Amino acid sequence: MKMGRRRALQDGSAMAVMGLAMAAGLLRPSTARAEAWNKAAFEVKGNLNEEVRALGGSAATESKDISMSSPDIAENGAVVPFTVTSNLPKTESIALLVEKNPNMLAANFSIPDGTEPWINTRIKMGQTSNVIALVKADGRYYYTSKEVKVTLGGCGG
Amino acid sequence: MADPMKIRATMVGDKVEVKVLMAHEMETGQRKDSKGAIVPAWFIQNVTATVNGKTVLSAEWGPAVAKNPFLSFRFSGAKAGDKVVITWTDNHGDKRSDEATIAA
Repeated sequence: MKMGRRRALQDGSAMAVMGLAMAAGLLRPSTARAEAWNKAAFEVKGNLNEEVRALGGSAATESKDISMSSPDIAENGAVVPFTVTSNLPKTESIALLVEKNPNMLAANFSIPDGTEPWINTRIKMGQTSNVIALVKADGRYYYTSKEVKVTLGGCGG
Repeated sequence: MADPMKIRATMVGDKVEVKVLMAHEMETGQRKDSKGAIVPAWFIQNVTATVNGKTVLSAEWGPAVAKNPFLSFRFSGAKAGDKVVITWTDNHGDKRSDEATIAA
């Protein structure tokens, strides 16, 4: 009887270990990482309001205090350089959105205190589209947009 | 294991300008191979830059960031000789960390 009880205990602890391992396995792709990745925000298609909501805001206002520079015509949509500068006080994040890409959010940068609200990066564009720089400043969302023509798409195949 | 990043950090006035070039496919998950099968998405999701233990930039990326991503940013509060550490994590859970010393 004692053996039976011991075995039961061992089985029990083995199961607990397995449970932990499973939990760890399940958690691994997203939550167990140090950083978070907002999956919902990366699944929004071509709708700025929806994107702002997915990022946790309510609405975005157009602002002249954000400037975005890029080529007007991109010969190769696979590599389109963008520079975004925000002159809004308390800029917290800068995101780049391509309206006509399969999912509009390309990248979202968090700008901590002491870091300039200035980002330079390169993104892919599937076709000619409006590109939106979305800035979160003092808890509110602001944006500016411009059309970039693409002669050769970067999401093809 | 992914190839190392190329990181350049230089003082511009009292600020540090960082330029990073990462080696990554940044596969969108939209492309099809020659047999018509979708090439699964494989891209960097998170990027963090720290200096002296303080985060100076963090980012969430989607597959629309160009292949072999380039990123440049500027921050204050560091001096020549300090180290900038940049880490990325992709959607496979792969991780790569590289550092560069800030040049005067």
